[in-house]
Amino acid sequence: MTDKSIEARGLSKRYRIGGRERYVALRDVVGDRLAAPFRRLKGKTAPPKRDDRTFWALDDVSFDVDQGEIVGIIGRNGAGKTTLLKVLTRITRPTKGYADIHGRVGSLLEVGTGFHPELTGRENVYFNGGILGMTKREIDGKFDEIVEFAETGRFIDTVVKRYSSGMQVRLAFAVAAHLEPEILLVDEVLTVGDLKFQRKCIDKMSTVAKEGRTILFVSHQMNQIRRLCDRVIWVDAGSILRDGPAARVVSEYESASNALTGEGSNGRAANGSTHFTSWWLREEGGERSNEITTWGSVTITFVLNVHSPLVSGHQGVSLFDSSGTLVWGTNEDGLELQPGKHELSFTLPYLPLKPGHYRWKVSIWENTKMLDVWDAPIELLVGTDPVTHWIDQWAGILNIPFEFRTEPSKDHREQ
Amino acid sequence: MSATATNRDATKPSVSRPPITRIRPIGGWFDLNLREFWNYRELIYFFVWRDLKVRYKQTFIGAAWAVLQPLATMVLFTIFFGGFLGLPTGGLPDPVFYYATLLPWTYFAGAVTTATNTLVENQGVVTKVYFPRLIMPVSAILPGLVDLAIASTVLFGLMLVYGVTPALTSFLAPVFIMLAVGTALGVGLWLSVVNAAYRDVRIVIPFIIQAWFFISPVIYPADSIPSGFRWAYSLNPMTGVIEGFRWSVTGVGDAPSSTILISALMVVVLLFTGALYFRRREVLIADVL
Repeated sequence: MTDKSIEARGLSKRYRIGGRERYVALRDVVGDRLAAPFRRLKGKTAPPKRDDRTFWALDDVSFDVDQGEIVGIIGRNGAGKTTLLKVLTRITRPTKGYADIHGRVGSLLEVGTGFHPELTGRENVYFNGGILGMTKREIDGKFDEIVEFAETGRFIDTVVKRYSSGMQVRLAFAVAAHLEPEILLVDEVLTVGDLKFQRKCIDKMSTVAKEGRTILFVSHQMNQIRRLCDRVIWVDAGSILRDGPAARVVSEYESASNALTGEGSNGRAANGSTHFTSWWLREEGGERSNEITTWGSVTITFVLNVHSPLVSGHQGVSLFDSSGTLVWGTNEDGLELQPGKHELSFTLPYLPLKPGHYRWKVSIWENTKMLDVWDAPIELLVGTDPVTHWIDQWAGILNIPFEFRTEPSKDHREQ
Repeated sequence: MSATATNRDATKPSVSRPPITRIRPIGGWFDLNLREFWNYRELIYFFVWRDLKVRYKQTFIGAAWAVLQPLATMVLFTIFFGGFLGLPTGGLPDPVFYYATLLPWTYFAGAVTTATNTLVENQGVVTKVYFPRLIMPVSAILPGLVDLAIASTVLFGLMLVYGVTPALTSFLAPVFIMLAVGTALGVGLWLSVVNAAYRDVRIVIPFIIQAWFFISPVIYPADSIPSGFRWAYSLNPMTGVIEGFRWSVTGVGDAPSSTILISALMVVVLLFTGALYFRRREVLIADVL
């Protein structure tokens, strides 16, 4: 008999819509409370709680996880994955149901939690470790290992505000990876660009699991899920849709949501009008994906569903980085397209962007009439190794491989 | 909707089995779960240590601020309240009186403010990692004690200059400071959770502190209050703290024993209700921040 690590029974979490908004006006609450007795006096009961003001971020979720399992949790944005992790880590409490947790829980809901820019790497290791539940003695014992794993070596006594974000993440992950909780919850931390470090993290997580510890891993990157997890739970609209072997559930998820190609109407009234349905990219000799891993040629394809014939179509393409800066834009004029699905492809010799997440915004026009503007829900991921300046501020937005050499000048005009 | 987690021992008395934590939505009013708090005590040390490390970074005179603030205020009080207005100072030289009352007051005002804002200011941590939230206000009121300790050394210097001999009862001073710590924590517990949901608190807090300043014996001794109002005046725990601290260090005046008793009782009430209210609301903190 295997030992259970997590037993969740009917976990439910209700949020008030806008319940996470920053400011609740005190006067509304006070007003409500003051008015309540008068409503009762008038013989009226309090107005029934309208269902549209609340929603269930988790709705009757039950599952067991055995000790030592690596379970991936997948689902669209807002499906309830993060809420589930937050309930399991006790950051927030369930509205109904319960979960039994066997042992200490460590979490990586966002790396670098509590990192203070004015503290040095060393000081942050201690503070962060403390927050994550390590004792000072534990950190003392593992300090060298952590620093070595993070590859920050000589910068360990530099204040963290001078670190590149990559270095910060490495250090933060290193601290968390050396936690020794029985259960480790990881949310999307490995989306940080540096592929080499990502692999190292994945290896580390595998090792951790082999030691008998349990890992729940939330990610949008199906490759990572495939590589790391034995079992996958697919969460949709707060409930478990599928729970089974990783390969099967991930494939089902991909074909259902067309995750890698960004299928989906994105909430627009898409019926009966010309609109974009999906996008993908293909590296030379590669599969359709949403991730750039090399500096080679890449073809970006947008699928356009044309409703009525285009005579003088015009397509606009914009690519934004995660901070919303436009990093690339282009357009094509004079498109003549018959009704039906069309693939509009752009082949570029390379797209040397800095590792990270990017978003497409594409539009289609007939003359000056806008037919569709599409914010692609699936992001473009760039996962090449960073070869830029190690301080973010000086790294720029491109990631271009180069050769560097020095030699005596042979140009006599310079002398 | 509220919930809490309780630790219970593994059902099987097996050594290798880790303890089971049950996560569930329950709401006991009297469930302080102090054992869990105790298990996390080292985190208090980490928070306090971080605050002390960060506090005077990139400042020019550093920890000297701890002394300069009460000292400068004392000079102003001596000139205006003692000099121009001629307010009584209970038989003590003006500078000694004001400095001795300002020490516990400055600590209290600072501690209440930081404790009130601690959940909001640390929301990056609070919404990402679990630990007993009680850790936050408790950690917030402690770093101020270091400033207080530094500033206290100057008090004894001042007393020597003005010919006031430190009283034998000085050893009692920490007791009164503990009362101040308790008061600040009690108030901080109440206000910090309210502040997490309603940022109105943040705006109101300077006013609360200012009003509290006037109803505490900082610029006048408590015996200036008509005796008929004295008991009500003593309901403010800071009355006992400030009077007691001043008396214990200087030995001037009578021991304010009844005042201190009332104050101490109020501290206990504040702390107890504050802790219960905090525990009751803390389960929602991550949702409302």
